[in-house]
Amino acid sequence: MPTTGISLIRPHTETIKPPRALWVPFQMGHPLGAPDDPAFQKQVLLAVLGLLEAPGNPPVLVDFPEDEPENDEITVLSCPVNFSQSVDEDGETDPLLIALRREMTAMHPWYDIAVNKRNRTTVGVSGIDLEALGDFIYAFVKGEEPENPLKDTPIVYTLKYAVEDLKAYYNEGITAQPGQSGTSSKVLQEWFWEETVAGEVLLALKKVCESSPDKMMSMVGSHFVVPGDVARRHTA
Amino acid sequence: MVRMDDVSEEERKLLLSLPCPSFETNPFVSGPPLKERRLAIITTAGLHTRNDRPFQMDPNDFYRVIPGEVNANDLVMSHLAASFDRSGFQRDWNVVFPLDRLREMEKEGTIGSLADFHYSVSAVHRPEEFQVCSAEIAGLLKKDGVNAVLLLPV
Repeated sequence: MPTTGISLIRPHTETIKPPRALWVPFQMGHPLGAPDDPAFQKQVLLAVLGLLEAPGNPPVLVDFPEDEPENDEITVLSCPVNFSQSVDEDGETDPLLIALRREMTAMHPWYDIAVNKRNRTTVGVSGIDLEALGDFIYAFVKGEEPENPLKDTPIVYTLKYAVEDLKAYYNEGITAQPGQSGTSSKVLQEWFWEETVAGEVLLALKKVCESSPDKMMSMVGSHFVVPGDVARRHTA
Repeated sequence: MVRMDDVSEEERKLLLSLPCPSFETNPFVSGPPLKERRLAIITTAGLHTRNDRPFQMDPNDFYRVIPGEVNANDLVMSHLAASFDRSGFQRDWNVVFPLDRLREMEKEGTIGSLADFHYSVSAVHRPEEFQVCSAEIAGLLKKDGVNAVLLLPV
C-alpha cells in the first residue's frame, strides 16, 4: 500500500525510515499547520501528497520550507469577570469551586457563540453536561468519587475525558471573543494555566491524582492532566 | 514548532527516548498519478465519531473507523496524552484531519477520490503491537480500492 506522511519529530522519522515523509517544523498537535488557514493547509497537503509522484530513492524524507503561520501579537486574554474575590456564599462550599462555577458560567455565552460560529464543538467526550462538569472534576480534588456517567467506562477515563472537555470549553469559548480568533496556541496555553481558575483546579487535581493508590489514577495525574512543561514550571 | 532546538531540554530528552522501531528493508510501492489515486487518512490523533467508544489503554483495542461522510461536529478526540496542543483541532478540524481540504482537492481533480472509510489510532501501544492491526487495516483499505494512504501524527 503506497503511503506518504507528515513527520513532526525528524529524528524519529530518520530511525523508522518510512517510504515517504514530509518533515514540518510545526508544533505537536498541528500536522497541517495553523487553524483557519486553508491556503497554508493545502500547501502542506500538496507537498506531502506530491511525494507519491516524486522520483527518488527510498526512504524519501523532505523538509517543508515554511514555519507554521502564527499570530505574534501580544494578546491579552481575559475572562469577562474577575474571580479573585470569590465569596463562600453558603459557608460550606470551597471558594475555589465557587470561583470555578462562576468562571465557567461567564464563559458560557462565548462558548455558545463559538459553537454557532463554527457549527461544531469538540466538547462532550465525557458525556457530562457542562453545568455539571466543574463539580464533577472538583469532586476528585476533594478526594471524592462522583457518579460515573459512562457506565461501561472506568471512572479514571471519564475523569480524563472531563479534563479535556473543560480545556476545550475554555479554548473554544475564549477564541470566540473579539480579536482572539487568531490567538496563538502558546498564548492560549499561558492564559489557561496561569490565569484561569480552571487551570488552577487542574493543577490541584494533578497533585491529588498523583498521590492516589490506584495505579491508573496516579498515571493520569502524572502524565495526562497537565502538559509536562507546565507541570515542571509549577513544581520548580 | 517541533525543532529539537525549540523545545525544553526535558521535553527533548523525553521525545528522543521514545521507542522507535527500525527495519531491515525499505518497502516502496509506487502507483498512478495523484489525480488517479483513491486516498485514505490514518491518524494517530485518537479521533472517533461522537457516538463511538473513546480510547482507553486497552491492549486489545487499536483503532476506530471514521466514515468518509463524517461531519466536523461528529469528530471528537480522546487521545490520552496531554503533551500536544489540541487548540488547533478545537478551532479547525483540518489542522489534524484535513478532510475539508481533501474534499476540495477531490472536487478540483487534484486527487482521484476519497476512501469510504478513514482510520484513527491512539498511540498508547508499543509500535510492535500494531503489526496485526496494521495488516487488518491494510486489508480493509484494499477492499475500499485505496491506493494512497496519508499518515498523520499529532
